[in-house]
Amino acid sequence: MSPRDTILAKIRRSLHVDGSDVGRRAIVIARLEGTPRSVVPARGQLPAEERIALFSAMAEKVSATVARVASSQDVPRAVADYLRSRNLPAVLRMGDDPLLAGLPWEQTQVEVNRGPSDGSDAVGLSRALAGVAETGTLVLLSGPDNPTTLNFLPETHIVAVQAEDIAGDYETVWDTIRARYGKGTLPRTVNMITGPSRSADIEQTILLGAHGPRRLHIVVVG
Amino acid sequence: METTTATFKENARQALHDSQLQKALGYVRAGFIEKRAKAAEALPEFDAIRDAARDIKNHTLQHLDLYLEAYEEKVRASGGEVHYAETAEEARDLILSICQKAGARTVTKGKSMIAEEIGLNEHLEANGIEPVETDLGEYIIQLRHEPPSHIIAPAVHLTKEQVEESFRQAHTALPPERDLSEPTSLLGEARGVLRRRFLAADVGITGANFLVAETGTSVIVTNEGNGDLTQILPRVHIVIASIEKITPTLNDVSEILRVLARSATGQDMSVYTTFSTGPRRPGDPDGPAEYHVVILDNGRSEMLGTGFQDALRCIRCGACMNHCPVYHAIGGHAYGWVYPGPIGAVLTPKLVGVDQAGDLPNASTFCGRCEAVCPMRIPLPKMMRYWRDREFERHLSPATVRYGIGLWAFFARRPRLYRLATRLAMRVLANRAIGRGRFRSLPLAGGWTAYRDFPAPEGKTFMEMWAKRKNAQ
Repeated sequence: MSPRDTILAKIRRSLHVDGSDVGRRAIVIARLEGTPRSVVPARGQLPAEERIALFSAMAEKVSATVARVASSQDVPRAVADYLRSRNLPAVLRMGDDPLLAGLPWEQTQVEVNRGPSDGSDAVGLSRALAGVAETGTLVLLSGPDNPTTLNFLPETHIVAVQAEDIAGDYETVWDTIRARYGKGTLPRTVNMITGPSRSADIEQTILLGAHGPRRLHIVVVG
Repeated sequence: METTTATFKENARQALHDSQLQKALGYVRAGFIEKRAKAAEALPEFDAIRDAARDIKNHTLQHLDLYLEAYEEKVRASGGEVHYAETAEEARDLILSICQKAGARTVTKGKSMIAEEIGLNEHLEANGIEPVETDLGEYIIQLRHEPPSHIIAPAVHLTKEQVEESFRQAHTALPPERDLSEPTSLLGEARGVLRRRFLAADVGITGANFLVAETGTSVIVTNEGNGDLTQILPRVHIVIASIEKITPTLNDVSEILRVLARSATGQDMSVYTTFSTGPRRPGDPDGPAEYHVVILDNGRSEMLGTGFQDALRCIRCGACMNHCPVYHAIGGHAYGWVYPGPIGAVLTPKLVGVDQAGDLPNASTFCGRCEAVCPMRIPLPKMMRYWRDREFERHLSPATVRYGIGLWAFFARRPRLYRLATRLAMRVLANRAIGRGRFRSLPLAGGWTAYRDFPAPEGKTFMEMWAKRKNAQ
């Protein structure tokens, strides 16, 4: 027997079950297809404006900074303002995300490079699929629109998220992804990001900027 | 990895006399408990979510064979490969052969307790491949050639001065006069050194907090981002995980995540929770070209259907050891294998043998804090009690203990004699301690009185007082 079959046989022997039991299979299929929710915290179940406020407050609690702009057209200016206020270089890298790519970057002094990062970029700009209010978490998907390397290699990560994409809980975001990619399918990488990188491995003191970005700036659009 | 569980008592004695370790353990006592309590208090549904998380895992374990099959099918559909290993040795060899096929010279590693369990680093090194740990704590202990002393904070036993010493020894290309007196400068130096290693690695190896059957996804949870750089930069990504990491759906994972970080570090959510499914897709500008999952059993399938099945719910948050007075006193190394603290005292005898690790379940005051804080509601004290029974049954406990318990059993079965004997003993002890109320030394009790006085009985036994109270009513 292959190791695979041995392990499955051992599991079945220990559990006193049969792998071909139709009833058991039906239970498993029902859960995988029905994707039931269990206890979802009440904290994030709020009307839109309060939900966005909670998202911002939770993100700030974990040392992210948050700005809000009225429309996507205002994103380049908000990004330029942020970089200037932190004395950071006016140069960034981003992917092909349609929301970001079509913006009037030429109206700012910011130099925009496109594509994945090789580790030499100071600033990465991404667009999140969604935000999650209950913990101030961003959800980003891999692909040419938002290369995953931009989330981790640059020292500063700026993330735009549309206000209408801020959900109360994780389960709602999974429903969005299931609707977009089909049930049971995910893009190569889904990153949930809650604040900038940190480590407490030396004497339990929390320090920002371990291996990932030292700064996480969120621009809420709309 | 090397097992020193058999010398637990000596390990513990040395740990108690290690002043650097005792200083470092102070940070554990001070930090983790308060942070967890605050995080739990801030979420009104916390206990209800613990129940839900326990139920999810119970359901999964009951159908583990079918969820494994479903998971495997999804990984294959997304272009990944699934390998199975019954033993640590098989897992090591599988990983080595994937690395060799990839022509790997260096591999970066995210923190993985399973990799520790199978002794992966030693095996790769012996075959000419350099493993580089990238979690800051793991990196520090790798430089020092030490095993981790905690499952989420592997270098928790070290002070910053010890870290500085290791960095100065290892990073000889950097100017010797640089200032490394603060944790922030140590972190900055590690970031710089490891960034180059990340970009140069041929293979990245991570563990997994969850394997999701719904989508064929492996999930890692980190604060540093090292696990992500490990898995997106090299050409090959290998995941090593044990069978009980299987979780049915993304919703189920989300529910367990709500108790994981809160129980571990007191964060509402860890910084990076990353869901990886297969290799890079057509059009993807980054990500690995190959994606392998090695699924390890190593004794776990035999825990199903037994009194130890509940231990397979463990999500490795570390709350049990963070709250354990024994762990606080001796740290993780004394436990002698990969998993320290209460969960280690339960798992280790199962995975390495009760003859080797029988002392571990004895290292408990049975205060019950581990069970009280366990997010998955694992009845840890009950399991430790089970091991104590097995150890006694198999005549593994020392002769003095067996003799003492035998003597006690003789009297306990003869209640009148028991009462007479205890009454006499209490009187004698009380008389001898008149005016002092305590003993500095006592025959046959040297193990106790070497460290503290023995309080003298006041003259009456519990049974006598009980009878008197009953009569008075």
